[in-house]
Amino acid sequence: MRVLMFGWEFPPHISGGLGTACYGLTRGMSVVPGMDILFVVPKAYGDEDQSRMRVIGAGDVTLDIRKVKEHQFLNDLSYIEINSNLVPYTSAEEYEELVNKAEHSGKRLVETTMGGKLNFTGSYGKNLYEEIANYGLVAGEIALKEEFDIIHSHDWLTYPAGIAAKRASGKPLVIHVHATDFDRSGGKVNPTVFEIEKTGMELADKIIAVSNLTRNTVIEKYGIHPDKVVTVYNAVDPISDYEKLQLKRGITDKVVTFLGRVTLQKGPEYFVQAAYKVLQKMDNVRFVMAGSGELLEKMIQWTAALGISDRFHYTGFLKGDDVFRMFSISDVYVMPSVSEPFGISPLEAMQSNVPSIISNQSGVAEILNYAIKVDFWDVDALADAIYGLVNYPALSEMFKKHGVAEVNEMKWENSGKKVHAIYKEFVQ
Amino acid sequence: MRTICLYFQVHQPFRFRKYRFFDIGNDHYYYDDYSNESILHKVAQKCYLPANELMLDLIKKHKGRFKIAYSISGIAMEQFRLYAPEVLESFKKLADTGKVEFLSETYAHSLSSLKGREEFERQVRAHDQLIKKHFGQEPTVFRNTELIYSDEIGGMVADMGFKAMLTEGAKHVLGWKSPNYLYCNAINPKLKLLLKNFKLSDDIAFRFSNKGWPEYPLTAEKYVDWLNQTPDNEEVINLFMDYETFGEHQWKETGIFDFLEALPKSVFKNSPFTFSTPSEVAKKLQVVSAVNVPNPISWADEERDLTAWLGNEMQNEAFNKLYSLGEKVHESGDEGIKQDYAYLQVSDHFYYMSTKFFSDGEVHSYFNPYDTPYEAFINYMNVLSDFEIRVNAAAHSNVDDDVARLSKIIKEKDEVLEKLENRLSARKKPATPKPTAATKKSTTAKTTASSKKRPTGKKS
Repeated sequence: MRVLMFGWEFPPHISGGLGTACYGLTRGMSVVPGMDILFVVPKAYGDEDQSRMRVIGAGDVTLDIRKVKEHQFLNDLSYIEINSNLVPYTSAEEYEELVNKAEHSGKRLVETTMGGKLNFTGSYGKNLYEEIANYGLVAGEIALKEEFDIIHSHDWLTYPAGIAAKRASGKPLVIHVHATDFDRSGGKVNPTVFEIEKTGMELADKIIAVSNLTRNTVIEKYGIHPDKVVTVYNAVDPISDYEKLQLKRGITDKVVTFLGRVTLQKGPEYFVQAAYKVLQKMDNVRFVMAGSGELLEKMIQWTAALGISDRFHYTGFLKGDDVFRMFSISDVYVMPSVSEPFGISPLEAMQSNVPSIISNQSGVAEILNYAIKVDFWDVDALADAIYGLVNYPALSEMFKKHGVAEVNEMKWENSGKKVHAIYKEFVQ
Repeated sequence: MRTICLYFQVHQPFRFRKYRFFDIGNDHYYYDDYSNESILHKVAQKCYLPANELMLDLIKKHKGRFKIAYSISGIAMEQFRLYAPEVLESFKKLADTGKVEFLSETYAHSLSSLKGREEFERQVRAHDQLIKKHFGQEPTVFRNTELIYSDEIGGMVADMGFKAMLTEGAKHVLGWKSPNYLYCNAINPKLKLLLKNFKLSDDIAFRFSNKGWPEYPLTAEKYVDWLNQTPDNEEVINLFMDYETFGEHQWKETGIFDFLEALPKSVFKNSPFTFSTPSEVAKKLQVVSAVNVPNPISWADEERDLTAWLGNEMQNEAFNKLYSLGEKVHESGDEGIKQDYAYLQVSDHFYYMSTKFFSDGEVHSYFNPYDTPYEAFINYMNVLSDFEIRVNAAAHSNVDDDVARLSKIIKEKDEVLEKLENRLSARKKPATPKPTAATKKSTTAKTTASSKKRPTGKKS
């Protein structure tokens, strides 16, 4: 079975969870015999892991403008030519950096090159909409050139590409919802993004959601028939060399960690409130907020005003091995997300032997047994859970004992097999 | 003789309220009055009252040939008294028929049998007093919490003078043997054992209303057929179940009351079986053999072991922590503390912390006021933390009392000494001539030194 897959990024060139998830899933799928994946990204760097699949960049594809016009791939896509700043799957720093770069270079990205190719940045810059549209253009071209049985698009950035490929080839389209704009925006949905998402969902033959939570959003907010939407959970790769990443502890206090973007979606303010409550009762505990984002300054001011700054620390944005180093000195990991389609970081915490408290409003809560689950707004419950994990060792011992095993059961191969089963509904 | 022994467990825990860590040290009230009262009312209306009424009718109708036995936990009786005295009255009426036996158990429906003799005996005695008070009976048959039993527990129960004990006819203990005989304890053969026939008991308690069960619907005729199919030489069918089976676990609409009503009639009409109470069974039947139960068994879950209560780290931690306070609790002499200690021991609290429901769900989650076992554990530990503070404070105040008493004695003695000393120096004074400044100093120094010597010498 040949799959034409559209993504926005691919390791090692990733800026967020989407690329990691796509990589994990495709590798998981590649264990299915006869599975042949062509993975398209806007920009390929050439150093992607191509052992299990072929990765090509849209910027390397020659366009035949006549054909493009003939096939009218982009009839539905005219509305996306609006300029606006969006930040899906990226950190605030990186975004800022990107925008600055784009401003300085003053590039126009629609121009084709001499060889009839389009230029792509493959990032989330100022000309995002334009790039999405161009990606669709190339997708149609690829669909005409390549042989495949089914199309698979990851998240809204690639829906137009998936639609274009479907139009050009007549092959079935599966779209994969890793997040919706309802999750990213905290309710203030961008109408353009919403339109793209909704059109993609409507034109898709099947929709894969990363959790039942996301599946419900797709059904309720986008009006999609439940039969068309299936849940396939994400997984996590085992960590290697965790021993090497262990930091030495300089303090005897317990460490409670929040790790993620400091934005509305992640619920940092609930973490601060819970910290305050716990600190009223005990003092041999410290809180760490690891990450950055638009609410960071507010949080710093707030913890100062509450008078807990001596027990509440900020590390700034952490990535790669630093994440695991942070976990190595943590006793509790807290993810109080307001809306989290899946949420891979508690799994990483559990792999690192750190007991986790997660919000019921996260997709990962549906599959974890060895984690404490609370509603994000229930600060009392959150504070109580933190206090319990820090003060009653039997609880954290149990989580350490069973948590790793539970997470290790979540394999990408299983997700891959489920996706394959979905394909088989359409392809014999 | 072939006979049926019907026994029902009646129990309701005092559920804890949501007790947050910031309540620790500030608020010493742990109970969720609203849910305790409303649940008890609900169960009373759906089960206890109608079931008791039916039992009373059946006893009267069959002129004493229909007999049953109950174990009602002390905690349940206390709740009846508080929230539904009419239930207690209806049990008293049943007791008055003389055909109903009330069994002994631990007052708090606790797991104390696993923690040695002292607390266990204390609770059994407390419970027996309550049975005597309400129903005028002195129990001779013992039923441990959730039918928990081991050779050792049986030995302990025998030592306390009980004639018989009830437990599960667990497959892994009986092997090829049938539960339908009278057995005895492996350590002390004087203690007879009645073993639950779990197949026939669970047909009623768990499968009765299950439409997916091939035998659905179960009628009294069919059931009596099954009883008749047991080998002729098997003497007793022990049907042990939760009393809440009638009307609560199996709703009235399932026809469970009709089944119960039809059962004795059908038994008398179509079978040679009679009904007996546990003490009658223990008296009339011959023991066929001893059973060896080195590790505790219970009637819970597929495994019939203790893992529903003490199967994970949280449960063990909470359990051990609680019982480590036992000595101090009883030294405190504080009635409030003793009462809370009993309520903390109720086995249900540990059941709520079970992680078994991840795999072996329904039954566990049905009875559980908590969404997750972790919540149950944290809540329990918060309560226990506060309780511990109180116990320690009471223990300290005891020490303080002792110190105060002793220092008072010392003070009194000191006063006596001082008086004597004054008298002594008063006698000496007139004898001494008015001294100069220098000699005065030395003589007073001498007298104090000499007068001080005597009492210290006396003391040692």
